[in-house]
This record gives sequence, C-alpha cells and structure tokens, in this order.
Amino acid sequence: MSVFIDQSTRLVVQGITGRDGSFHAKQMIEYGTKVVAGVTPGKGGQRFEGTVPVFNTVAEAVHATQANTSVIYVPAAVASSAIFEAADSGIGLIVCITEGIPVLDMTKALPFVHERGARLIGPNCPGLISPGKSKVGIIPGNICKPGKIGVVSRSGTLTYEIIHQLSTHGMGQSTCVGIGGDPLIGTNFIHCLSAFEADAETAAIVMIGEIGGTDEQQAAEFVKEKVKKPVVGFIAGQTAPPGRRMGHAGAIISGSSGTAAEKMAALAQAGISVMKRPADVVPLLKERL
Amino acid sequence: MNLHEYQARDILRKHGIPVPPGEVATTPAEARAIAERFGGKVVVKAQVHAGGRGKAGGVKLAKTAAEAEAHAKAILGMTIKGLTVQKVLVAPAADIASESYVGIIVDRASQRPVLMVSPAGGIDIEEVAAKTPEKIHRLAADPRYGLLPHQALTLGFALYSDVKQARAAADIMQKLYNVVYAVGASLAEINPLVTTPDGRVQPLDAKIVIDDNELERRPEIAALRDASAEAPEEVAAREAGLTFIKLDGDVGCCVNGAGLAMATMDLVKYYGGAPANFLAIGGSSNPQKVVAALRIMTSDPRVRVILFNIFGGITRGDDVANGIVQATKEFPLKVPIVIRLTGTNEREGIAILERAGFSALSDMDEAVKQAVA
Repeated sequence: MSVFIDQSTRLVVQGITGRDGSFHAKQMIEYGTKVVAGVTPGKGGQRFEGTVPVFNTVAEAVHATQANTSVIYVPAAVASSAIFEAADSGIGLIVCITEGIPVLDMTKALPFVHERGARLIGPNCPGLISPGKSKVGIIPGNICKPGKIGVVSRSGTLTYEIIHQLSTHGMGQSTCVGIGGDPLIGTNFIHCLSAFEADAETAAIVMIGEIGGTDEQQAAEFVKEKVKKPVVGFIAGQTAPPGRRMGHAGAIISGSSGTAAEKMAALAQAGISVMKRPADVVPLLKERL
Repeated sequence: MNLHEYQARDILRKHGIPVPPGEVATTPAEARAIAERFGGKVVVKAQVHAGGRGKAGGVKLAKTAAEAEAHAKAILGMTIKGLTVQKVLVAPAADIASESYVGIIVDRASQRPVLMVSPAGGIDIEEVAAKTPEKIHRLAADPRYGLLPHQALTLGFALYSDVKQARAAADIMQKLYNVVYAVGASLAEINPLVTTPDGRVQPLDAKIVIDDNELERRPEIAALRDASAEAPEEVAAREAGLTFIKLDGDVGCCVNGAGLAMATMDLVKYYGGAPANFLAIGGSSNPQKVVAALRIMTSDPRVRVILFNIFGGITRGDDVANGIVQATKEFPLKVPIVIRLTGTNEREGIAILERAGFSALSDMDEAVKQAVA
C-alpha cells in the first residue's frame, strides 16, 4: 500500500503541451506513472510523444481513458479554472503544482472541490511520489527509494533534501507528499498524518513545517491524540525575520505569531522528535524505530 | 504589497464607503495649503509602510494651518521602523465619540474570508484580542454568496445598539467585503471606525494589503506600488524574479526554494554564523537570476562570504553554474564563494564550475561549515 497514489493511478496531465507540463509528463512516464491522457484546449486529437492522447477538456479525457487523477501545470492565471474543471469532471485526486495562484481564487475553488468529493493536493506544491509505484508532480524520482517512511512537507526543495538524507542512509519512503506552501491548500498535515497512520506499509512519519500559520500546532495536537507511529519533525525558519505583519487582523485571527520556536515547542510537547537540522532526520528516526 | 493609507482611503471611497476628505502633501508648504482649505484644524499623518505610526510620533493634530506646516516639516523625512517618510496625509480632524474595529482577512483555518469586528477599536486592538477575546466578533463569509445583509447587520449590532448606526456599519462592511474581491486584497482593515458626536459612522484609517499574486491581472493596482518606500535591494530582487529579505549577518545565502533557504539560514546559525539575507531563486531555471542574486549580495559591504545551496529539481545545476560563471565576467565577486550543488544536472553544473576554477560540495552541512569557518 501507499497513500493517495499507487499502480492504479491513471493520470491526466492538464497543460501537457506547455513547457513545464511536457517536461514533467516525460519524467513521470519514465518513472512508470500511468499517464493516460493530456489536456490542452485546442490541441485535442494530437498525441503527446506519439503515444499519450491529448484532449480539449478534462471531461473528454476522463470519458475516453478513465483517468482518476489529474496534475496541473497550467499558468497561475488559469490554474484555479483547471482545478474547477478537474473536480467537475469526476477526478478524485487533483494535484496542483502551479505557484502564484491568488488566494481569493482558492476561497472559491476549495469548497467546490470539497462538494464534488475530490481531494486537492497543493497548490504551489511539488506533488507526491510513492517510490517504485507512481509519481505525480515534480519530485525527482532518482533521489527516492521504496521503503517504510512517510514524508509530508510544506516545502519543495527542502523535501528533496530530507528525502536525500533518508535514501542515502538506506531509509526508503512509502510515500512523500508535498502539501504546498500557500495559505490555502487542499490537503493539510492532518490529512496526510491520518493516511500514513492507516497505511500498513508506513512505519514512521517525517513532517516538515515552516513558520507562519498554525497548521503545525494543530498537526501536533492530532499526533498526540491519534497517531501511534513514531513522528519526527522539522520546522524551517528559526532565523527568519518576523513575518511581514498582516495588519492587526493576522495577529488577531490566529492568536499566534507562528514562529519556529512556538511550533517546535508544540511538536516536542506532542511527543514528536524535533530535528535541529535536516541531517538529524536519520539518527532521530533510528532512535524511534 | 502594502498600500498607503491614502491609497486605501481612495479605494474605499470609490466603492461608496463614506471616507472623510483628506489630501497628500510631500512638502510642508503643500500641507499648509491643504490645511487652509480644511479650515486649519487637521491631522497630519505619515504615509509609510509601518505600523505604530502614532506611537512613533508620525501622527499629529494641528489647530491651525501654520501648525500643520510645522508638523509636516517634522514628520516628512523622519524615520519610522527604518523607513523614511516621504508623504503625509492631511485630513480634517474629526471629533470622535467612539472607536470600533472592522477587519477582513482570508483565514487559513476556515479557508474563507473572515470578518472580525470589535466595539473596542483603536491602537490597542491586538491587546483587546489577547486579553478580552469576547470583545472580538467573528464571522466566516461564504465566498459564493458574499457577506449577506443579515450577517453584516448582526455584526453592525455587535458594534452599535442604535439601529441607524448598526445599518451604517453593516453597509460599510458589505462594501469593504466587495473591496477585498475587487482589488485582490488579502487584508482590508478599518481601524478605527468612529462615530462622531452627531452620530455619523465614519472610517478614519484604512489598511489594505494586496495579494502579490493578484498584481499581474490588476495592472491598475500594481501601479499603486511605491517603490521609494521599499529597500532598494528588495526592489532589484523583485524585478529579477527573486525573493530577497535583508538580514543582519555576514553570510550571503543563495538557495533554490523558500523552505530550503530558511533551513540553510538556520544551519548557518547552528554552526555559529549569521545569515546576511534570505534569497530564494524561484522555481524556473535561469542563469540571469543567479547573476542578479550575486549582484545584490556582492553589493552588500557586510557580506564576507557567499554560500550557494542548490538542490536541483526544476532548477538545473548547469543553469546555476552558468549564472555564477557569467557573473564573474560582469563584476568582481570580492568575497569567497562556497557552492553546494546537487540534484538535476549536477554533473554538468560541477563540470562548468570546475572549468572556471570553482569547486562544488555535495553535502549541505559541509558547505555551511566551510562558509561559516
């Protein structure tokens, strides 16, 4: 098993003929992901790389290929439309890589996705990979190894660093999920922690957070109450300057300044082993396994 | 992107919110002329992207136009939280019977625009929220329907028992909600929303923060940016497509990705150093971004070493290496450079660097240790 994606994942790539979409579609195909369709309006009827059929709409792609998962590489200005379209076409898992989507667009897209019963990962995320099975997004496949560690992260390249530490020390991963760094995201730490806790193949979990918001504190509460598997955590931004203040409202709404120190304390208090630096991930996991 | 108070007031006024008059001056003489038009009794307010203007002496009441000129002279050119005041807003001084707070922010937890109002507005609103949270009323709007009339009126009654005032406040809240979506704001705040002795409800101060991701599709809002109110190296970085924040240390950091950039700065501190900046080169791979990053870092006299930490994904190692080599042809680096390069196209990147006389490390800890030593 793995979480969210596996060999049954049938992927449609939204924006498959674009610069990023085409590059990463090839990478995913090479990795072994079942890329069954692409969508670019106006290019319906073409074949990508001579094999993958391209459609004008996601609905056509789903109808013709039974795609169940989509990945979005379209520009930010139209990315929320792509999310609406995927959810409206019956896609169950939507992974949005695009960065720079206006937050107000997401206030409308998220309830729509939720009502359609779909799951959104991202936006502004590197996607996810179940090593040896399937990769949806941009996480470099060559740094991952199949194994028993579940990784969930708000970051992109920092996730690669942690995966790299794990793989070079012989600790493979069950699934690595980049949930995205934007304020409004479809899948949060708690959703992933809960999936990893239920996944028979995952023995321990690594969570990588950042300054800002209170998601990590809520995740820590969840770990304390619901997660029996060992969890190791990292918070980036211990030396970051205090965030650009969002008027008074930012401080009022969260009741927290979202600093690294606050978050690390919350993690430790929930029984999570807290790394001081990325290289601590392997020794801490070894202690806990 | 932050807007100045006078810009926020203009936007509110355009959306039908009854903002009292006020004009901007850049010289004491202009301030005097404006004050004369308003009858002399005015408030002079520093227009600068910093909170706590009043406490810093940037907001002053004048009884006469001459006094307004003197206040403008004192405020123009003063420094508030490191930013020099270049403009003042001159507005008629209002008689105030009560001060409330109205704010709208996109809330991460509920994933909706949330209205927060309090009858205890003014400069100490955060203290009110911390000590007496029951005085803050919140409502998460449904973006599909907007702020509904009965919701706004409920919040209006949370501020005022008088039905006329409650309705006036509700009307302002609905218009403020519309402003959020009309201009792409991540925050819109009226503090204080006052009542005058004759019972009118008026916003006295407004703050709007625009979501940077909205600027491309809203050129009229992007044009409101006041680059003179920002640090010059941050302007240069933004124009080059980099995210840059200046810090106090001496280790210049150039990293791909914000999370890894923060983790790199943390590791610099872990090994006893101090980062000179946060600098993330964005997702797309482009040697020119690296050249711009090096230009910004080398222009800081405090930087004594430059550390690259690149874990290639979308960013390609050869692009970064080409950028570094290109930069050395355009300007002197002056300080030593430590490069960690791994991931996509690392072999190509290392080969390019070695041909130019640089070496690259593959381990993040080793690179940071070397930079700090």
